[in-house]
Amino acid sequence: MGILEVKNVNKRFGGLQALGDVNLSIRENSCHAIIGPNGAGKSTLLNCLVGKLIPDTGSVLFDGQSVLGRTPYEINQMGISRVFQTPEIFGDLSVLENMMIPIFASRDGSFRMHAIENMHNEKAVVERAKQVLDEMNMLDKQHMHAASMSRGDKRRLEIGMCLSQNPRLLLLDEPTAGMARADTNNTIDLLKQIKDERDITIAIIEHDMHVVFSLAERITVLAQGTPLVEDDPENIKGHPKVREAYLGEAA
Amino acid sequence: MLGLNNKDTLLLIIVAAITLLAPFILNPFPTQSAMAQFNAGYPDLMQRFVIFGIFAIGFNILFGLTGYLSFGHAAFLGVGSYSAVWMFKLLSMNVIPAILLAMLISGLFAVLIGFVSLRRSGIYFSILTLAFAQMSFNLAYSVLTPITNGETGLQLTLNDPRILGQVTTAEGSIPVTSLFGLEMRSTYEMIFGPWSFQFNAGYYLCAIIMLLSFYIAIRIFRSPFGMMLRAIKSNQTRMSYTGLNPRPYTLAAFVISGMYAGLAGGLMASMDPLAGAERMQWTASGEVVLMTILGGAGTLIGPILGAGFIKYFENIFSKINDNILHSWFAFMPDGFENALVAIVHPFVGKGWHLTLGILFMLVVVFLPGGLVEAGQRVAKLFRRRKSEKTSDESAQSKPAE
Repeated sequence: MGILEVKNVNKRFGGLQALGDVNLSIRENSCHAIIGPNGAGKSTLLNCLVGKLIPDTGSVLFDGQSVLGRTPYEINQMGISRVFQTPEIFGDLSVLENMMIPIFASRDGSFRMHAIENMHNEKAVVERAKQVLDEMNMLDKQHMHAASMSRGDKRRLEIGMCLSQNPRLLLLDEPTAGMARADTNNTIDLLKQIKDERDITIAIIEHDMHVVFSLAERITVLAQGTPLVEDDPENIKGHPKVREAYLGEAA
Repeated sequence: MLGLNNKDTLLLIIVAAITLLAPFILNPFPTQSAMAQFNAGYPDLMQRFVIFGIFAIGFNILFGLTGYLSFGHAAFLGVGSYSAVWMFKLLSMNVIPAILLAMLISGLFAVLIGFVSLRRSGIYFSILTLAFAQMSFNLAYSVLTPITNGETGLQLTLNDPRILGQVTTAEGSIPVTSLFGLEMRSTYEMIFGPWSFQFNAGYYLCAIIMLLSFYIAIRIFRSPFGMMLRAIKSNQTRMSYTGLNPRPYTLAAFVISGMYAGLAGGLMASMDPLAGAERMQWTASGEVVLMTILGGAGTLIGPILGAGFIKYFENIFSKINDNILHSWFAFMPDGFENALVAIVHPFVGKGWHLTLGILFMLVVVFLPGGLVEAGQRVAKLFRRRKSEKTSDESAQSKPAE
């Protein structure tokens, strides 16, 4: 039994069957990649896991508990953090403040009215934020306006914000999309390091095969809303069905 | 001091000094001089400065921090005024219970309106709040006449019960509002040579309450809660995927700013115990938006500056009529004089809105950060000059060493 169990999930948008009978099991402390051509339903599947979409049928269990019908913030409080395709950070805030918010969220829950409390009394949160920034090699940027950073740094900050909450499952939606080669390699190194150093399960959606084969321990190939194969990376590379899905029948 | 950092403490002290010395600062011209009409140091106007300051400070907590633009905040002002007047009618002429009830009722009202309106954001939120405010206005104007006294407005009468206070004064007239016996209208006039300065009890009560409100606003701005509100403005998606529920945060901000508006409304009624439906009209809601943006949304001092600026224009510029213009330009030949008066005429007197509108446009286009940004730019300019000077000096002094 994996930490995340997706069973018989179906999702329809009008006449389009976006997901058809998806079954997926992600082992704890593994790195699982979901790949597939455009329109295969990867993002739809991810959105079903984090509460943005609700599947028509089927079940999604995280650590034995259903996530269906829960809002994104409730699912985050269960221990799932998500990194977006375009980095979603608090652009108007400083880098340090960006890092403090998820730490407050893990400590205080989804809402707390600490309106008169003073920031000086939150030393523990500030310390922890600085510690995570240090781990991300971003401590020198702590007073920067988050929106003014480069794409790669924004991605690094977003991953750091997710990690500061010590999530059990980290979902990455095309974390290197639109990145320069150097930034992509930096991100791969960062993710490798996270995978090695922490007890964390990573699920990654990715187009870039270089990224997938550098990180994944298990790969699911999705095509037209259904999983074609699930196997180890070595077996996926030469799999005829995968070639067919990616390159068309003629190949 | 008081849990604020040095910069905020300094700001609070400056604002405190200006408000407490306002009777001097706003009356710089001798009473008999030609410039006396620019004096703003009379109780009625000074009270309005600080009361609208409170209104704008509260509005800024919602708009400046969360970015939710409410177009119906005057509804809370009106509700506050009605509650306060009812307290004067039923309980006593003491302003404290009236102000407390005004805040309580407007707070409850804000929970209701906020709960519905905050289901949407952006323009839809603005329209929902506008709709609620117009509904309140029309209800107060017609259907709720037993509570609001319709278009006449709610006033005190000699038949009011006032169970804890006196129904009528010894002379048989309606008693005046007071703070434990200190009449709000009582004014001490200080004559100093050709100058005269007025110290009004009501103004000082409002000023102290405004300083308190300003202090609380600073604390909210600097608290973790304030940071969450800025995070909502910045990125709600990240907010909810970080495990935070934006709804209660925005609702809390909405209720706090509604209570600030109710407080302002209650103070208005405490200074002059009547309340009319026009206080809730959309133009009044628009005015506080103008004040906040003109002063600088999201800054601490901006809303107070904006409120003062607009109220000064409304009361001082609108009093300049053609006779005054003629007396100003009297030194010129007749033809020139008339031409100049004709040019200036549309911008003053009843046309003060035109001047304000032009100023507002200029501020929004060239100073998106409002008057606060203007101040910052001037300060920067001075600092640069200074540093250039010192660097020049050091460059010159180097060879001598």
